This record gives sequence, structure tokens and C-alpha cells, in this order.
Amino acid sequence: MKKLPWWLRDLMYLAVFVAILLGITYGLDAVASVYPVMRYYNRILAMIGINITLAVSLNIINGHAGQFSLGHAGFMGVGAYMSAALTFYTFAPIVAKYPEGSMQAWIAQNGLFLVAILAGGLVAAIAGYLVGLPSLRLRGDYLAIVTLGFGEIIRVIILNVDKVGAARGFSGIPTWANFFWVYFFCVMTILISIRLVASSVGRAFLAIREDEIAANAMGVDTTRFKVKAFVIGSFLAGVAGALFAHYPPAYLNPTAFTFLRSFDLVVMVVLGGLGSISGSIVAAVVLTYLQEGLRAFSEYRMVVYSLVLIILMRTRPQGLLGRRELWDFLPKRKDTTAPERDSGPAVD
Amino acid sequence: MVAPNPDSAVLDAKNVTIRFGGLTAVSDFNLSIQPHELIGLIGPNGAGKTTVFNLLTGVYRPTEGTIAVSGVPTTQFKPYQITALGLARTFQNIRLFKELTVLENTKIGGHIHYTYSATSAILHTNRFHAAEDAAEEEAMKLLQIFKLEKRARDYAKNLPYGDQRRLEIARALAAKPKLLLLDEPAAGLNDSETRDLMRTIHDIRDRFGIAILLIEHHMELVMGICERILVLNFGKTIAHGTPDEVQNNPAVIEAYLGEPVELADL
Repeated sequence: MKKLPWWLRDLMYLAVFVAILLGITYGLDAVASVYPVMRYYNRILAMIGINITLAVSLNIINGHAGQFSLGHAGFMGVGAYMSAALTFYTFAPIVAKYPEGSMQAWIAQNGLFLVAILAGGLVAAIAGYLVGLPSLRLRGDYLAIVTLGFGEIIRVIILNVDKVGAARGFSGIPTWANFFWVYFFCVMTILISIRLVASSVGRAFLAIREDEIAANAMGVDTTRFKVKAFVIGSFLAGVAGALFAHYPPAYLNPTAFTFLRSFDLVVMVVLGGLGSISGSIVAAVVLTYLQEGLRAFSEYRMVVYSLVLIILMRTRPQGLLGRRELWDFLPKRKDTTAPERDSGPAVD
Repeated sequence: MVAPNPDSAVLDAKNVTIRFGGLTAVSDFNLSIQPHELIGLIGPNGAGKTTVFNLLTGVYRPTEGTIAVSGVPTTQFKPYQITALGLARTFQNIRLFKELTVLENTKIGGHIHYTYSATSAILHTNRFHAAEDAAEEEAMKLLQIFKLEKRARDYAKNLPYGDQRRLEIARALAAKPKLLLLDEPAAGLNDSETRDLMRTIHDIRDRFGIAILLIEHHMELVMGICERILVLNFGKTIAHGTPDEVQNNPAVIEAYLGEPVELADL
């Protein structure tokens, strides 16, 4: 068979992927309309997807490039508030012009939502660039403190902008996010991360993590690549924030973006194994589910959560998967010369 | 930026001096290297040899003097810019990317030659495939030369010591340098490994047609393969010439063995 051009091949995979996601989304909606309790599980599922996006994007910065950032919730907040303000003030009135339930309204809503998500990501990426450029000359603990400070600055700014609700919180955001959008961007994030790490860009990230002086001596412009990792990571965090803002009940409060949230994400990445994409995914799923699933034991919830963390760190300090990926443990084909490691299960 | 001139010396260091506070680590260092030359840099411990390497590769900036690579002044350059001009190095205390595979280490060495945007990497464009295939082929070729191809998928930290030293050289060569700086390549190797390495270094020079500047304590190796030797002591150049000239230079003998003492004084 003749080889297809790369864009056509990827577009085909994309179409299949979108069709499957849409199917699942409508399936879940149908089930939820019969059993309303399913809405609760749907929400947990969406939060898992959003947390996977956040953990995998933070893993690009912390795990691959080795730059310890404690400001991820800040970037997420930037994306969340930016996109929410955009849909609330500009896009929702446009969609409201079309008759409710019509095809045009559906297209306008989803098209404009995509624009809002990307705008949220873009503004977060710009924030990442502005924070990254001066602070990436710092290393380790110093960088962690600067990013932590940045996250707090974002939160304080939001607290003082009345247009987005300030301390009351931002309510009335259109509830446009659903299973489809959350998992579309979740899988895209994973794919981007897998493909990056198997490229010269990703190798430059890894080289910086392993030995900055040697990386520089090999011709890697370390500052540029560190900023690059920061920008990509914060873009994806902004996207996750936009999805979080529009998922029902679609209410934003500045307290959701404190450094404790950043810390939660760092825990996911470290627990999964710094630098392991699949590790971040597994940890995000397990920890998000634990937080929700343990609600039944309300007062013991945090105790159990902390115990799980302590036990895991005692028994596997390098994280669940260390620096490996789940697919590294699969049996290897012998006849191929293509790199086995880091080539994901997805396309190609 | 001045364009590199292929006719000029690969490296030209003039009156290079560096002071750390009150300490003059290297003073008035002069060295001009022509293509294909194999030069040794020797001296007792603490003479400033590695400091010279760090100056040439841009890790330190000289307090005084100028350095030019292929005719381009590099005094204000960062290390990665100097690498792009054709200078590659190894480190005295091996600095491999330990948690990456042997192949990945070598590919990173060729970083400057196989670049594409992050977008290309994410979309897997033709440019991405072309660059990755070329990087892989080039890296495997180098690993074969250093007999490391069977260990391409192993982590660098799991290689035996001698292989790690060779991998460092392979990684530096992946940058396709015009001048290769080797910082004590034989440190920690036994005699037969050292003799092997001597042959390898000589081969590299001929096969890749590059100049090599080498720091080494192993006198047999230095005297055996270098055409020109420069001796440092306390940051000063005390001798510069062919192996024979240097070996018989009284200043060199004094630096290594101490001052002659009259028996009558004892």
C-alpha cells in the first residue's frame, strides 16, 4: 500500500477518535438521563480527565525538563478565568441569538468553546513565557519558590477583579464542557507529550534534566528549551483550566487555585514517577478517584489519602513506574530497529 | 556575527587570562590549532588545564585576551554557540546523561544538526521523520566505530567504565566538530585499554579529519601520539614544542620532579 502523507494519515486517526469519543459522550448522557446518579460518576470521570491533562502537562516541566515548578494551579487559573470571561461576556450572547436546540446553536456553541479553550491555553502560555524567561536562570528550590509566588500572585489578582466575581466566585459560566471535550484534550495532551519526548525537542528536555552543563556543551540552548517546556506545559494547563471552568456546575472560585492545588499535581507527578507519562496518568486516576471515592469516610478521608502517599513513598520512592513507561514492560519485538522506548501506543 | 572562515585556524587563543578573585588560574595562554593537528596539554595537578578547556568552550569567560573559533571571536559566546561553531568536548569526570540510553546520548550529541520545531515533532511531519532517521543512522554509525552498537538500548549508567569513556567521545563526535577537546580520556583505564584508546584517538583524527586537543596525565599516551605539546604549571605556559623538546626542557622536568638539589647541601 502506498504511504499516506502524514497529515492525511493523522486526520484519519483523528476522525475515528472523534467519532468514538462522541459515541461514548452520547452513551453516557443517555445513561445519565435514565439514572440521574450517573451524573455524579460522570463528573468524577471528567475530573479524572482534567487531572490527567494537568499531571501530564506538569510532567513535561517537572519530569522531562527537570524544572521544579509549584505554580501549575496558577497557569490553570489563568486559563480557567480567561476562557470563562470570554464565554460569559462575549460568546454566550452570540450563541443565545440562535434558537435553543437548533443545529446552528450547537455548532456556534462548540466552535466558540473550542476558541475559548485555545484562548485560555494561549494566555496561560504567555504567562508561562513571562514567568519562565527571567526565572529559569534559577535552579531547583529557587525556581520552585518563584513559581509558587507566581501562583499566589495570580490568585490575588483574580481575588481583586470584580468582573470575574472576585472573592464571591465566578458563577453563571456556560456549561459547555462535556466528556467529549475533556477527553479530547486529555488524549491530545498525552499524545503531544509522548511525541515530544521521542523527538529532538524532548531529548533536549531530558538532557537538561540529566546534566545541564553537558547539555549546553552538546549544543543545547538550555534557557530556550527550558522556556519551551514551560510554555508548552502552561498552555496545556490553561486548556485544562478552561475545561474545568465550563464543566457543570461551572463555578470558579479563587480558592480552587491555591498552591495546595499545585501541590496536589506535583504529588501526582512524583507518585507516578518523575518523567513517566503513563505514571502521571495512573497516579492522576488513582488519586482523583481516592479523593472522591473516600468521601463516604468523610472525616478519615485525608488521613487515608495521606497514609496511601506515605506508604507508597516508603515502598517506592522513585514513584510507581520510576522513569519507565507502562509500555516499556511489554515484550519487545526483536526484528525492528526502531526505538522501542518512548514510542507510544497511539498513532504510528 | 562574523561568518566562520574555513581557512583560518580552528582555534586561536591569544593572551587569555582568567582570575577568580585574587587567584590567577590561567595567565597569558596562547594557542593556535590548525586543522588535523593533534595537540597535548599537560601539567601537574592544579596547573589549570581543565580551566583552559572551560575557557575555550565558553563555560568561563576570560578576564583578558581573545579566543576565536574558525576566525569567529567567541569570548562572549555561550557554550552551546561555541559547540555550533565546531568545538566539542568530553569531561574529566564523565558527564553522560545517565538515565538515557546510549543511543539517546549519542543523538543528543548531534542535537545541532537535527533540529526541527516542537510543532513538527507533535505533528510527525516529513521533516521530523527525515531528521530523526538521519540522527538515528548517524548515531548508530558512530556507535559501531566505538563498538557500542550492541549496547545502544542500554542505559548509559549501566555501561562499564571504559565504555562510558568511549561513549563520551562518541557523543562529542556526533556534533561533527572541527576540534575535539578530550579531558583526560584515559583516566581510570588500565594499560591495555589505554593503548586501545591511543589507537582510537589517532584513528578518529584521520577518519574524521579533525583536530584534537587532549589533556592527559598518561605520558606514554601523550608522547606517543601528540605532534605538539603544551605544558602548564600554575596557570603559566612553561613549555611548548614537540614531544622530544618538551621532555628535555629543564622547566618541565622541574615542574614534574621538583628542583634539583645539590647533594652537598643535604
